[in-house]
Amino acid sequence: MNSVNERYEVIVGLEIHAELCTKTKIFCGCKNAFGAEVNTLCCPVCMGLPGSLPVLNKQVVDYAIKMGCALGCTINRVSKNDRKNYYYPDLPKAYQISQFDVPLCEHGALDILVDGEVKRVGITRIHIEEDAGKLIHDDAFAGSLVDFNRCGVPLIEIVSEPDLRSAEEAKAYMEAITGILLYLGISDAKMQEGSVRADVNVSVRPRGQAEFGTRTEMKNVNSFGAVYRAIQYEAQRQIEVLEAGGVIEQETRRWDDAKGVNYVLRTKEDAQDYRYFPEPDLLTFVVSEQHVRELADSVPELPVAKTLRYVKEYGLNQDDAQLLASSKPRSEFFDACVALNKCDKKAVSNWMIGDIARILNERRIEVGDTKLTPEKLTDMIVLIEKGAISNTAAKTVLETMIDEERSPDEIVREKGLAQVSDTGALLAIVREVLAGNAKAVADYKNGKTNVLGFLVGQCMKASRGQGNPAMLREMLAKEIETV
Amino acid sequence: MELYRKSASQLAAMLRSKEVSAVEIARETLARIEAAEPAVDAFLSVNAEAALTQAAEVDRKLAAGEAVGALAGIPVAVKDNICTKGTATTCASKILEHFAPPYNATVVEKLLAADAILPGKVNMDEFAMGGSCENSAFKATKNPWDTTRVPGGSSGGSAASVAACEVPLSLGSDTGGSVRCPAGLCGIVGLKPTYGAVSRFGLVAFASSLDQIGPMARTVDDAALLFSVICGQDAAHDATSKPYAFSGIEEMRDCKGLRIGVPAEYFGEGVSDEVKAAVRKAVDDYRAMGAEIVELSLPSTPYALSAYYIISSAEASSNLARYDGVKYGYSGRRDGSLNDLYLTTRSEGFGKEVKRRIMLGTYVLSSGYYDAYYKRAKMLQRMIAREFSDAFERCDIIVTPTTPATAFGLGEKLGDPLAMYASDICTTTVNIAGLPALSVPCGFDAAGLPIGMQLIGPKWSEAKLLGAAKCYETAKGGFAVKEM
Repeated sequence: MNSVNERYEVIVGLEIHAELCTKTKIFCGCKNAFGAEVNTLCCPVCMGLPGSLPVLNKQVVDYAIKMGCALGCTINRVSKNDRKNYYYPDLPKAYQISQFDVPLCEHGALDILVDGEVKRVGITRIHIEEDAGKLIHDDAFAGSLVDFNRCGVPLIEIVSEPDLRSAEEAKAYMEAITGILLYLGISDAKMQEGSVRADVNVSVRPRGQAEFGTRTEMKNVNSFGAVYRAIQYEAQRQIEVLEAGGVIEQETRRWDDAKGVNYVLRTKEDAQDYRYFPEPDLLTFVVSEQHVRELADSVPELPVAKTLRYVKEYGLNQDDAQLLASSKPRSEFFDACVALNKCDKKAVSNWMIGDIARILNERRIEVGDTKLTPEKLTDMIVLIEKGAISNTAAKTVLETMIDEERSPDEIVREKGLAQVSDTGALLAIVREVLAGNAKAVADYKNGKTNVLGFLVGQCMKASRGQGNPAMLREMLAKEIETV
Repeated sequence: MELYRKSASQLAAMLRSKEVSAVEIARETLARIEAAEPAVDAFLSVNAEAALTQAAEVDRKLAAGEAVGALAGIPVAVKDNICTKGTATTCASKILEHFAPPYNATVVEKLLAADAILPGKVNMDEFAMGGSCENSAFKATKNPWDTTRVPGGSSGGSAASVAACEVPLSLGSDTGGSVRCPAGLCGIVGLKPTYGAVSRFGLVAFASSLDQIGPMARTVDDAALLFSVICGQDAAHDATSKPYAFSGIEEMRDCKGLRIGVPAEYFGEGVSDEVKAAVRKAVDDYRAMGAEIVELSLPSTPYALSAYYIISSAEASSNLARYDGVKYGYSGRRDGSLNDLYLTTRSEGFGKEVKRRIMLGTYVLSSGYYDAYYKRAKMLQRMIAREFSDAFERCDIIVTPTTPATAFGLGEKLGDPLAMYASDICTTTVNIAGLPALSVPCGFDAAGLPIGMQLIGPKWSEAKLLGAAKCYETAKGGFAVKEM
């Protein structure tokens, strides 16, 4: 960062739209799914045909309330839907059913970890609304085509306070939000499928100035990387405008991630008047206090709390803890291993972050997609701790356990991977290696004692990895003197 | 008496005793429609084949001894803003001229499940906006009592088809008086049910918070019969529908103990002397039958019309925004910009009155005007509803005129929208408060045109309203039917 940039502070607020993975759409019985043949998941209701009426899907309300509870929001138990009126061909009713003045959840906060520090981000509100369809452009057709499958897919919009102070923080916040969505099991949070999108509000102000600068908004930015780049670009653009003596206009800009630039979409003058009013087809709805309590109780321990607990209780380092905690299946697996209380917790973490993570990444699967279980992993670690198998042998055991039902004991037995600690067998190997490496023995006698490591290696090789390395070393040191 | 003159209840009895077959009734109905249509112009589409097929199925069931529904073999005309699967549902608008919905409205499903015969769809003011049935893009329906006059609106086709004995029953929809006003002007019975009593699923929306589908008939029993078939909660399709167990007309031998409220505001300026006199006379008749008359005041009444036009237009501006030429219906210029498509579709597809309401509604919802208009109208709505509920502490039902005057001439008010809006002064309060109300014939003016009185009750009091109406009908020896 150069000195000019250091004079400015970047202010970011995000409006994150997340599609909820309910079984059916928000106002009709159509299946809520991604990737179906165009216009096959729609009905008169989600296509807004004359005479059709919406009926609110209660699961949508429950999911939104869960998110609200996870983000420490006040839940408005008496809430309503409103119409947001605007024309676009992908919006078949020419209004979106959303929430205006009484969002389901408001006044929350989310703690995120940025560079190891906890940062609190205010949550202004969370409301429920329906998604619109999708325009499709096809070279074979001169106009635009509309796919209505996405119409009526339930969304929550999570609006943050302008509490983020950099592109890094914004990215971390967005990752934290998608992590929670996944933890709660309320969204697939697949950015590449557009199921999470962000409207990014950016302003800058000279450091020390209390008032915010004029903000601009970039709509539908759809990846963590794009959010980061869009903020970097826009902040820089605003700083350059201000440095040149210019004024920032309140406007909506479009971020072109491929080109790495943004351009004006709408100025404040053409800002739309959405003519919000209460949706008369849906009645005010009331959620009971008990139901809210039940939903709140169903919220599991969330990633940041988990990370801090792993550090504090199990002595993991923060990076490892965060890696484990950021994924729900991974952390659940880890928690299950810990609950078995059979072996060192750090060893579990090391295996999970090391070899297991590598295999899962290579195969693009989650731990639940494998045959590995917490019982099997901890049994394997116990075998290492007892000296029954070496680390090298354990890698083979792990690979096998991921694909096969067998227990580590069985695998060790069948593959002959048990560590040899039998003195007689080891002594034979040691003597054989010493006999075959006269030069190394001579070097040792001349004071180059570090050749002992080489000789241990030779012994391990001769034992096909099964020799107990500590015992071999000890025996080598003793035997070499007798040669 | 000719078959077509008979009431639904009479036809049902004849069908049960095998005096007549459903196909005979259907044929007679189609013949009557053919004979009356040149003078009345009530129907937008007649589906003879479907009607005869439905009738033949009823006859087959009867012959086989199978159970049949409550409306077996009874013809019901359906207002053209109620969706009928695969057949035109135009809302009397050019913008939906060729629209055939892929689904049936819940009420249509209920009619079919009750084995009713659906001979066709009837005319209306475009999107139910109007009080004369002249705002139809296709034709003006005439009042059977005087074919130089309007039948009232917006359910003018529904009212005229019943009054002209083309059908014994019809469905209308009522947002501010659209069932009751034409019923009053055509001398028949029309019920606007409690909001939420009848599913709105498949009723093309005008003003969602006020719209209700209602039955129209020549007798109180028939209106009750049709209501009993169409009412009931439709939780899967209409979130505003409520559970309702309507168990038929409340039996009243006389009106002893019935407290009838008469609000002064409904008998004031703007209501013709002949109408006032006829309704007062009906009130006297009730007194003679033992009812107790309670003079009332509903002071917010004069503001109801403004509140109604603000709320209904606001909702309409949003409900009608979907007619954009993209998916169905009339489509304007497709070779220009998206805006050109919207502009030409809506400029050419909508009639004058609809455009007026869309502009009015858009205006009252605009930022800066919302609080001054929409929000205040909603406050008035609560006041009006409260006044009614207070009034119902003192009386059981309220009697008022249905319309301020009898049927006016075709074309007479077309150039004066405010005069047209004023035809609704007695009826909009009921929709605003979500109450049930019934229009019942109560005499004629000097020109021989029918006068209607409106009976208003608390929510879910349809049984009592119909009971009180039936007492009056019985005392009068039945309502007059126009000979054509």
